[in-house]
Amino acid sequence: MTESSPRQPGSGADLNLINVTKSFGDFVAVDDLSLTIPSGSFFALLGPSGCGKTTTLRMVAGLEEPTSGQILIGSEDVTYAKPYKRPVNTVFQSYALFPHLDIFENVAFGLRRRHVKDVKGQVEDILELTELTPLARRKPNQLSGGQQQRVALARALINRPAVLLLDEPLGALDLKLRRQMQLELKGIQNEVGLTFVHVTHDQEEAMTMADTIAVMNEGRVEQLGAPVDLYENPRTTFVANFLGQSNFFDATLSDRSAKVVTATVQGQRLGVPASRVYSPGDDVHLGVRPEKLTLSIQGDDSIPEGHNRLTGIVADSSFIGVSTEYRVEMAWGMQVTVFEQNVHHDIRIVPGASVVLSWDPANTFALDASQSVEAGIDSEVLEAVVGAPA
Amino acid sequence: MSAGAALAEVSDKEPGKVQPSVINKRKLTPYLLLLPGVLWLAVFFVVPMFSLFGQSLQTGSFEEGYEQTFRFANYTEALSTYWPQFVRSFVYAGIATLLCLLIAYPLAYCIAFRSGRWKNALLVLVIAPFFTSFLIRTLAWQTILSDSGIVTTTLNTLHVTDVMRFLGLTEGDRLLATPLAVITGLTYNFLPFMTLPIYAALDRMDPRLIEAAQDLYSSPWTSFRKVTWPLSLAGVVAGTLLTFIPAAGDYINAQLLGAPAYRMIGNVIDSQFFRVLDYPTAAALSFTLMASILVLVSLYIRRAGTEELV
Amino acid sequence: MSTTTEAPSKLAVTVPPARRPRGPIRWVRAHIIQIAAAAALFYMFLPIFVVVAFSFNQPTGRYNDKWVQFSTNAWTDFCGVNGMCESLKLSLIIGLLATLASVLLGTLTAFAISRHRFRGRSGINLLIFMPMATPEVVMGSSLLALFVTLGIPRGSSTILIAHIMFCLSFVVVTVKARLASLDSRLEQAAMDLYANERTTFLRVTFPLVLPGIVAASLLAFSLSFDDFIITNFNSETTVTFPIFVWGAAQRGTPPQINVVGALMFGISLLIIAVGQIVASRRRKV
Repeated sequence: MTESSPRQPGSGADLNLINVTKSFGDFVAVDDLSLTIPSGSFFALLGPSGCGKTTTLRMVAGLEEPTSGQILIGSEDVTYAKPYKRPVNTVFQSYALFPHLDIFENVAFGLRRRHVKDVKGQVEDILELTELTPLARRKPNQLSGGQQQRVALARALINRPAVLLLDEPLGALDLKLRRQMQLELKGIQNEVGLTFVHVTHDQEEAMTMADTIAVMNEGRVEQLGAPVDLYENPRTTFVANFLGQSNFFDATLSDRSAKVVTATVQGQRLGVPASRVYSPGDDVHLGVRPEKLTLSIQGDDSIPEGHNRLTGIVADSSFIGVSTEYRVEMAWGMQVTVFEQNVHHDIRIVPGASVVLSWDPANTFALDASQSVEAGIDSEVLEAVVGAPA
Repeated sequence: MSAGAALAEVSDKEPGKVQPSVINKRKLTPYLLLLPGVLWLAVFFVVPMFSLFGQSLQTGSFEEGYEQTFRFANYTEALSTYWPQFVRSFVYAGIATLLCLLIAYPLAYCIAFRSGRWKNALLVLVIAPFFTSFLIRTLAWQTILSDSGIVTTTLNTLHVTDVMRFLGLTEGDRLLATPLAVITGLTYNFLPFMTLPIYAALDRMDPRLIEAAQDLYSSPWTSFRKVTWPLSLAGVVAGTLLTFIPAAGDYINAQLLGAPAYRMIGNVIDSQFFRVLDYPTAAALSFTLMASILVLVSLYIRRAGTEELV
Repeated sequence: MSTTTEAPSKLAVTVPPARRPRGPIRWVRAHIIQIAAAAALFYMFLPIFVVVAFSFNQPTGRYNDKWVQFSTNAWTDFCGVNGMCESLKLSLIIGLLATLASVLLGTLTAFAISRHRFRGRSGINLLIFMPMATPEVVMGSSLLALFVTLGIPRGSSTILIAHIMFCLSFVVVTVKARLASLDSRLEQAAMDLYANERTTFLRVTFPLVLPGIVAASLLAFSLSFDDFIITNFNSETTVTFPIFVWGAAQRGTPPQINVVGALMFGISLLIIAVGQIVASRRRKV
């Protein structure tokens, strides 16, 4: 048994998952997962429901036991340790506040179990940090959702764990409150310097708060990286669809040795940077995000040299305020989504107009054609757009 | 939802859902926890049933002692003599259950949907009489229905008793010592058992379903028939079982409010055990009653399974 | 082309405004449920009124079924009736012991069924359900058959055994209902916050199940105190309070019986009301 190095209060520790697998009977929830979460970082596990992110979190907390693999916190092997023996605390999705204790006692719970001195002082400090001081003697059911969420956070934070786990803690809050809490959580994490591991299915939330995101799908990590990296440089269709939106064209690559590789889409030659090609074969899904596309009327000279171009007819337009969302139908029937920021409103671009789609080839990426174009799209959204499966 | 739960914790949420404990490694734990309770029930509920069955097949008398002879004829004899009491028991219990349903349902409905601030107070009022000795309450019915009491004299003046006599519910000018009195007592005793399960089922229902039905052109009566009633059925069935079964075996109401001509099977069993001292016959009758109840319960289980029982 | 909403048209002036339907019949139809409920409650409480009222009666004959005159005799001379107070004491003692035992056994059983998956679960569910569904005549007579076969004399101990038996199921059901509403994530949260299994049970699980256990205790006590049929079958010459009342029904009903009934009602009403207030106070701001 390795000795755990004495931790400074307030410092996080590296969290290491090594080949962790969890199966429930035949169902494999987490499949040979290996991750290193550096100390002091704000790490997000992002993925759709059922991808294994919550199971992974519970294994780190000790509320589930891995079927195989190892979990290390710092140099301590905690794989089979009971939850109350781990320097880990969880902010539960449903808050799980003790209904029979008031807020003060809820927050003090962990301290009392650890027989810490000066409970009162520490509790008062954290209540101040989370702006809960006037509510100290109320019961949980007398608090609003946002207040309960902060109590759950305070209750976990006060113990200064090596790793703080957050299981979709903002899910039950309304939009404005959620945004506010996202910034607050980020601020608190910066201030206390603990390792935060945040589980969520909301990609915007992950990108706002986390330094590093691991996108999970069916028990595996699809891609790991900083939010910007994942967004601009997706390596699988799942990641490309799950974070933001993508348009995909069936294309064939040629001339792969060049810095800008040629991709042929329905006879048109388009360019994609070689550094953004993630496909062993030449058959690819050529991807470009809707906000990178520009619409102009056919015949206009405004498109810069070297930009990719495709022609189509505007099928639909929706004014969203900040932007306008267009659906452009290509000659071969495919619909392309375009987001244009409402800077100059070209009144000629209306449904029925013939337009040219153009974009900087640097914003293109090419992914393995063997992957499904629909991977990562919310199935309900898919049905609404494409129609229910036959 | 079972009545026991309804009786004690009426404002509770969903019952029955199994939540496995967090670290549930020791497979022996449930069996150890169960052991004392299950053992007690096994020894003092299950084994006596076998004793009863065994006793029903014996011959002999109280003075000379009983001998195990496997005499199944005990059953045929007992039934051929006492089948009228059996029939009467089921008929009375059936009528009482029906009346209970008719009285309890509006009460449960009112508490669930129309009571507002008074909900908890009303529930208290429904439960409270249950804790008063039911013997004493039944004796009170003796007073209420007594020959010279207000109720009897009023009904006599209004000639309502004549109608009831015509229907075979009463005899002479009396209300006491009549089938009517027995059924009234039975209905009264089991009202909480019918009200609370129905209330629990209705309480779980979303009242906006009724609004949706009205929005879709259904009248209040149709909304009830097509929406409320089907959704409350589980409670109705539970209440029915919890009323009919004890009512069928009751003999207190028959003894205190009825007359020898209106004896129920419970009275017969009691007298066979304690006055006639014919244990085998008494046991046979008792076991037959149990068997017919079991048939009912198994029909219910076939439909609803065992999870909702307890 | 602009369209402006026109002022309320001339149409509204020519069509007479609809009248809100009123009238007594309408009122009755709208409130039929409440009326039926009130009638049901009246029906439920009528005997209680009679019981309380006639506890203040001074009957002339043996039976307390006709109002003679007001008197507080029964209340002041409470134990004046032969054997009543002894039977009360016995019922109380048996009630307390039966409650203790059945709550203990029943709570353990409820935990087992609620929290664990094991083989034979549906069989156990059925076993627990059966006493609640069996007529008391059958349960009483079968226990008698057992005791007779084994040669065990009937008395207080056999009564106690029987009471524990039939209270058990009700306790299980009540505690189980309370456990079901207990979020298991609370226990996970406790362990996440450094409480081991024992501390979690003592500080989180038990306080939250306690209301259910209290309710089960009250239920078990009243079932035991009030039981007649099963007790009668297994008591021989021992007299509990219900047996006393039964005997009184044949011999003569003194008003003191009504006093006990009135007290029982009053006390249980108080306890339930207090329980409800405590529970709602826990939920209110």
